[in-house]
Amino acid sequence: MNALTFVLAGMLAAAMPFLLAALGELLAERSGVMNLGIEGMMAVGAVIAFLSVHHFGTHTLGFLLAGLAGAALSLVFAWLALTLRANQVAAGLAIGILGQGLSALFGKSYESRTVAGLPKLSIPSLSEIPVVGGLFSQDAVVWLGLLATLTIWAALRFTKLGLVIRAVGENPSAARSLGYPVIAIRYSCVMFGGLMAGFAGAYAATVYTPLWADGMIAGRGWIALALVVFATWMTGRVFFGAVLFGAVSLAQLAAQAGGVNLNSQLLASLPYIVTILVLGVISSNRRLLKVNGVASLGKTYIP
Amino acid sequence: MPAPLLSLRGLTKTYGTVRANRGIDLDVAEGSIHAILGENGAGKSTLMKLIYGVETPDAGEVIWRGHHVALSSPAEARRQGIGMVFQHFSLFETLTVVENISLIVPGSKAELTARIRTLGQEYGLEVEPRAHVHALSVGERQRVEIIRCLMTDPKLLILDEPTSVLPPQSVQRLFQTLTRLRDRGVSILFISHKLEEIRSICDRATILRDGQVTGNIDPREHDAHDLARMMIGRDMPETRPAVAREPGELRLELAGLDHQPDDPFAQSLSGINLQLRAGEILGIAGVSGNGQGELSRLISGETTDPAASDQIRMMGQPVGHLNAAARRKLGFAFVPEERLGRGAVPEMSLADNTLLTAHRQGLVRRGMINRLREAAFTARCIADYDVRTPGPQAEAGALSGGNLQKFIVGREIMLAPRLLFVSQPTWGVDIGAASAIRRRLVDLRNDGVAVLIISEEIEELFEICDRIQVIREGRLSAALQVSQTRVEDIGRYMIGAEERAGV
Repeated sequence: MNALTFVLAGMLAAAMPFLLAALGELLAERSGVMNLGIEGMMAVGAVIAFLSVHHFGTHTLGFLLAGLAGAALSLVFAWLALTLRANQVAAGLAIGILGQGLSALFGKSYESRTVAGLPKLSIPSLSEIPVVGGLFSQDAVVWLGLLATLTIWAALRFTKLGLVIRAVGENPSAARSLGYPVIAIRYSCVMFGGLMAGFAGAYAATVYTPLWADGMIAGRGWIALALVVFATWMTGRVFFGAVLFGAVSLAQLAAQAGGVNLNSQLLASLPYIVTILVLGVISSNRRLLKVNGVASLGKTYIP
Repeated sequence: MPAPLLSLRGLTKTYGTVRANRGIDLDVAEGSIHAILGENGAGKSTLMKLIYGVETPDAGEVIWRGHHVALSSPAEARRQGIGMVFQHFSLFETLTVVENISLIVPGSKAELTARIRTLGQEYGLEVEPRAHVHALSVGERQRVEIIRCLMTDPKLLILDEPTSVLPPQSVQRLFQTLTRLRDRGVSILFISHKLEEIRSICDRATILRDGQVTGNIDPREHDAHDLARMMIGRDMPETRPAVAREPGELRLELAGLDHQPDDPFAQSLSGINLQLRAGEILGIAGVSGNGQGELSRLISGETTDPAASDQIRMMGQPVGHLNAAARRKLGFAFVPEERLGRGAVPEMSLADNTLLTAHRQGLVRRGMINRLREAAFTARCIADYDVRTPGPQAEAGALSGGNLQKFIVGREIMLAPRLLFVSQPTWGVDIGAASAIRRRLVDLRNDGVAVLIISEEIEELFEICDRIQVIREGRLSAALQVSQTRVEDIGRYMIGAEERAGV
C-alpha cells in the first residue's frame, strides 16, 4: 500500500470529526451566533459515546446520546447568550471549559480502555479500483457525513429555511420586522451545532480512535471553528478544508513512516500550515466575503 | 361619508423623556393618498411605526376597517393589509433581490422573478431580480422595497419619504403608480416634507409639529408657504441669492479619469472630466447608482489609484495616489453620504468625532489630546450650526439625522477648507436645517472656497450651484450653466435622452 492509496483511503475518516463539528458551527454562525464552546461539546459527546458503546455495545445509541449531550450543553450556551444576552465569546469559552471538565470527570475510570470501531461499507466494484478504490470503502458515519454536507449545502442555498437563517444572521432587526422569530431560530441553529459537535466527538472517540484518553479531542473543535471562518461560511469550502486537513495529516504520517528526512515537528505542523495557506488564499476575495460574511455574527441581539 | 379605512384616536408614545407622539388623531379614507407632513423629529416616523406595529402605543386606540385592533407586530400589520416602505431600508444586503422578496412573499424563485420584472415594468420600478442588494444603489434599494410591499397586496401602503432618492421623471412615474394604486382601492400614507409634491398628489394632509397634529387640510387649497408655516411654526427662511463673482484658480481637476472598481457589481467610470475653481459651486446630478459612489471615493481618497495619479489634481497637485489624510492636508474637506459609520462614528461622542478630522486645528499637541480645546471646538460647532443636542459629550449615534448632518457639515466647514466636497448635503434633513446647510455652502462659495456637491435633488442643485454636470452610467456630461438650463434639461441627461447632444 503506497502513500497515495493510504491517504485517499483514510482522508474522509480523518476529516470527519472536523467536518461534522464545522458543519454544525457553520449553521450556528450563519444565524449570527458564534459558539466557541465546540471543543467542550465535542469532548462531552466523545465521553458519552465511549461510555455507551463500552456498556451497551451499540454505536447507534452511542451517537444518539452523544448528539443529545452536545445539544444539551449548547442549550445552556444558548440560554446564556441569547436569553440572558451574555457576551457570546465569554459564554462560549465558559461552556467549552465546562464541557472539557465534564468529559474528564466521566471518563476518568475508562482511561486507556478500547471499544470496537465500525465496519467499512464498500461500494461494490468502485472500491476495487486500484489506488482510488479506498475512497469508496468507508464506515457508515462517513457516508452519512457526506450526505449531511450535501443536505446542508442545499438547504442553505435553495430552501426558504436556509434563506431565513441567512437573513437572521445578517440583520436580526429586519428579520424580526418581517415577522421571523429571531431568537427561536438562533436557538435551533445553536442546538443543531451542539448536536453535530456531539456526533463529531462520538466519531473521534468510538470510530476513528476507539480508545479513551483524557483530552482526546485535542483542539479539533478549535480547528473546526477556524475552518468555518476560513471557508468564508460556505459549505463546500468547509468540506474541502476538512478533507484537505485530513489528507495532509495522513500524508505527513505516511511521510514519517516512509522515512522522509524531515524534522517530525515540522511534518506534524504541515496540516495546519497547508490548510491555513490554502483557505487563506481562497478566502482573500473581498467580494465573496461581502456576500457570505455574517454581518451580525457574535453581536448580542436585543429585540 | 363612508367609514374611514384607518382611524387613530389619541395615540401617544413616549421614549424616556421625549414625548414623540401626543394624542394623535388621524382618519385615512378608503382610496385616498394622505400626506403626513412634518419636519424631522416632529414624530412622523414614530407614528408610522405605531401603525405598522413596530412599536406599541402607550395610550390611544387604532380602528382598522371599523374594528378596534392591536397592531402588536409588523407581521400582524401585514396580515391586516398594511404595508410599509421604510426610509432606512430593511433589506438584507447579502441576499439577492428575489431572495429578499421571497422572505415575505410565497412562491418559487422563478415565479417571483417574473412578477418582479412585470411589476417593475408596470410601475417603472426596474431592478435586476438576481442582483445582490449590497451592490444596488440607494434608489434601486427603494425600488426593491416598494416592489416587495406591492407584492403583498396591501390595503394601506405607508411610504416614508419615498421621493427623496428619485429623479424627477421617476417621481412622476411613482406618482402615476400611486394614483393607479389609489384607483384600485389602495390607500396610501405618504410621509414627506416636500411641499410641492404633497400639493400635486395628495388628497388630504395631516401636519405634525413636536409630536402633535397642527393641521388637517386639503393640500390643494393651500400654497406651499401656508404648509411650511404649519409645519415649522414660522415663515420659511429664504436662501440668500449668490453673489456673482469671477471664478478663481483651479482647485479640483479630473482629466480623462477612468476607473474599474474591485467590486464587480459597482459602476465603472470612464472619461470623467471636471474642473472646479475657487468661488464656485459645481453640482453633480444623476440617478443614484450611476457611479456617484465610486466617483466620491476617488475624489475623497478612500479609493486611491496610483496609475491615475495625474488624472486627479487638487490645488494644482496630482493626488490620485494620495490617501484621504494626505488630501485633507492640502486643504480638502469631505462630507460623505452616509452620516453614521463614514461621516461620524456612532458610538463616539461628538467631541471625539470632532477630533477625527479637526485634529490639525490645534486639538492635539505632541500626540496628546487637548480636551479643553476639543470641547471648545465642538461647542462652537454645536452653537454655530444649531445642532440640537445635550452637549459635546452626546453620542453621535443618538442625534437625529438632520442634526448629525448639521454637525458634520459644520465640522468640515470649520476646518477652513480650500476645497469642500459634500455628498448628498441634505438627504433626510428637514427643511429648516436643509436651508441652513445650503446657506452655509453659498456663504462658503462667496468666501472663495471651491465647493463640489453630489445630490439627487435637482431643485437643491438649481438653488445653489453655478454649474451642473450630470452623471450617467459612469460618464459625466459637459458642464451646464445653471442660469441657462432648465430642470427638464437636466432630467433628460439623467435618463440618457441627451446622451449624444451633450458630449
